[in-house]
Amino acid sequence: MPWFIKSKTSEEKRKPVKDDIWVKCGSCNAHVFKEDWFNSLSVCPKCGFHGRLTAYERIGQILDIDTFKEMFGRISPSDPLSFVWTRGSYKDIVKQTQDKTGLNESVVCGIGKIHDIPVSIAVMDFRFFGGSLGSATGEKILLAANYAYEHKIPYIIFSASGGARMQEGTLSLMQMAKTCAGIARLREKKIPYVSVLTDPTTGGVIASYAMVGDVNIAEPGALIGFAGRRVIEQTIRQKLPDNFQTSEYFLEHGFIDLIVERKKLKDTLKNVLQYYNR
Amino acid sequence: MNDYFDFEKSIAEMEKMIEKLKSISPDQNHYNDEIAELEKKCALQKQELYGNLTAWQTVQIARHPKRPVLLDYISLVFSDFVELHGDRSFGDDQALIGGFATIGKRRVMLIGHNKGKNVDENIKRNFGQAKPEGYRKALRLMRLAEKYNLPVLCFIDTQGAYPGIEGEERGQPEAIATNLTEMARLEVPIIALITGEGGSGGALAIGVGDSVLMMSHSVYSVISPEGCASILWRDASFSPQAAEALKPTAQSLLALKVIDEIIPEPLGGAHRNYEQTSQEIKRVLLKHLKRLSAFSTSKLLKLRFEKYSAMGLFSD
Ligand SMILES: [Zn+2]
Repeated sequence: MPWFIKSKTSEEKRKPVKDDIWVKCGSCNAHVFKEDWFNSLSVCPKCGFHGRLTAYERIGQILDIDTFKEMFGRISPSDPLSFVWTRGSYKDIVKQTQDKTGLNESVVCGIGKIHDIPVSIAVMDFRFFGGSLGSATGEKILLAANYAYEHKIPYIIFSASGGARMQEGTLSLMQMAKTCAGIARLREKKIPYVSVLTDPTTGGVIASYAMVGDVNIAEPGALIGFAGRRVIEQTIRQKLPDNFQTSEYFLEHGFIDLIVERKKLKDTLKNVLQYYNR
Repeated sequence: MNDYFDFEKSIAEMEKMIEKLKSISPDQNHYNDEIAELEKKCALQKQELYGNLTAWQTVQIARHPKRPVLLDYISLVFSDFVELHGDRSFGDDQALIGGFATIGKRRVMLIGHNKGKNVDENIKRNFGQAKPEGYRKALRLMRLAEKYNLPVLCFIDTQGAYPGIEGEERGQPEAIATNLTEMARLEVPIIALITGEGGSGGALAIGVGDSVLMMSHSVYSVISPEGCASILWRDASFSPQAAEALKPTAQSLLALKVIDEIIPEPLGGAHRNYEQTSQEIKRVLLKHLKRLSAFSTSKLLKLRFEKYSAMGLFSD
């Protein structure tokens, strides 16, 4: 079985377990020294499994040193529906998540350089409500697109998301239209937009800005798909193959251009952007 | 005879009693007073009930098996419909149909989901759950509308995009994402009307309108109450609670500025009076067509961009 076809698919099993000294790989269960794990960009040295990154880890790996300038960082969720469920109120859980992650929302935006090419960049962070797309996320992704539009620089989005955020109801759904409106406008000024899909990119995010890049790039073995696995299995009443809804499946079916290993991602982005001939 | 929900039981009983009294004395002498009294009481109770529906009750009415579907509206609201088939790439999705249509004196492109009303129709129409080829057909027709300078009217009524292997294989997310992106810049007016269920991305994929309208007993939501309950409550039996929490009703969404106008339904729901429902739809659509036709293309696109830029509530 190729290394990228994981035998475990549940969300919990995919997460690398970290403690003080070592990291347990989310795929092959190998114990890797923490230092080695980070030196290999959170990719398992034993099996090549690509672990999830925080938004700032990703920015550190992709942008030239000291070029990142964060923007729109104050924008954060409100609680437009006064949403309450078994875990408590959305408002309280947002606060707890902000304290725990140090993030205001599920996306970090700003400008920086990739091998000296200036870009506007938006990086999602799965730790914040499963990277879900809420009103503040949509606003930031739109503003970063608008910045690219106004300054005529390429726009890059790194997606990592379970989809639209249920706790903001239909307003979350509208963020799919809002972000795509920003992407659509880039075409008028012929501004490049590259979408990078990382583990996981599903639901309302794969069905909006993540899928409409000029070039769509995915990391190996990422969970990529629209409907939840369980929903599909209930609809068709049969088990799905393990490689269903992976980067490789999407490449095979013609919906992404490239699968790129993390260590080659920055160079690949540069290679793509250098063909922008305007 | 109408189908009644549990919460309509007392109304159902009263209506049955009225029918019975009327049938006892068809010449209408004997029980006239009683009938009049009952009818008055029944009307009052209906007003009380349908004016204060819970979100979950609204969901049920929006899904009523006898609720009018697009094919009903095609004959009651429009004339000269020319159905156009196929996405020119894979096939023709019967869950999402469209074609040239005339409303009043205005010519438009009409696109919409079409649920079935019985088992056979629902198999043919896949319960109004479109596959990628359906959304691609919709986009093809929108492009054609742009070429012919026709406004686009989208009638939305779906639980959601079809969640199956074929959907994933043929790029359901790409089809939806492309529609959202293309509709953002389509150079003709777009009016979206949620007639029944506005289910998530499968609804929005034909829902990016300059005017977005909802029938008074329709719902529009990021996820079904059942889906939300089974994820957040870990138990689908909490669907009524999830429905309240998601605020998917027309009234809530007007307040949140997701939609522009509510089209009132006859008392008890659209299924009680197709004719009246259709007249209201026609009146409101013509009003919005007139309003949007006044804008130049650049003004229209500017307003559309501003409208979607303003969607959402957050703190800054
Ligand atoms: Zn490993």
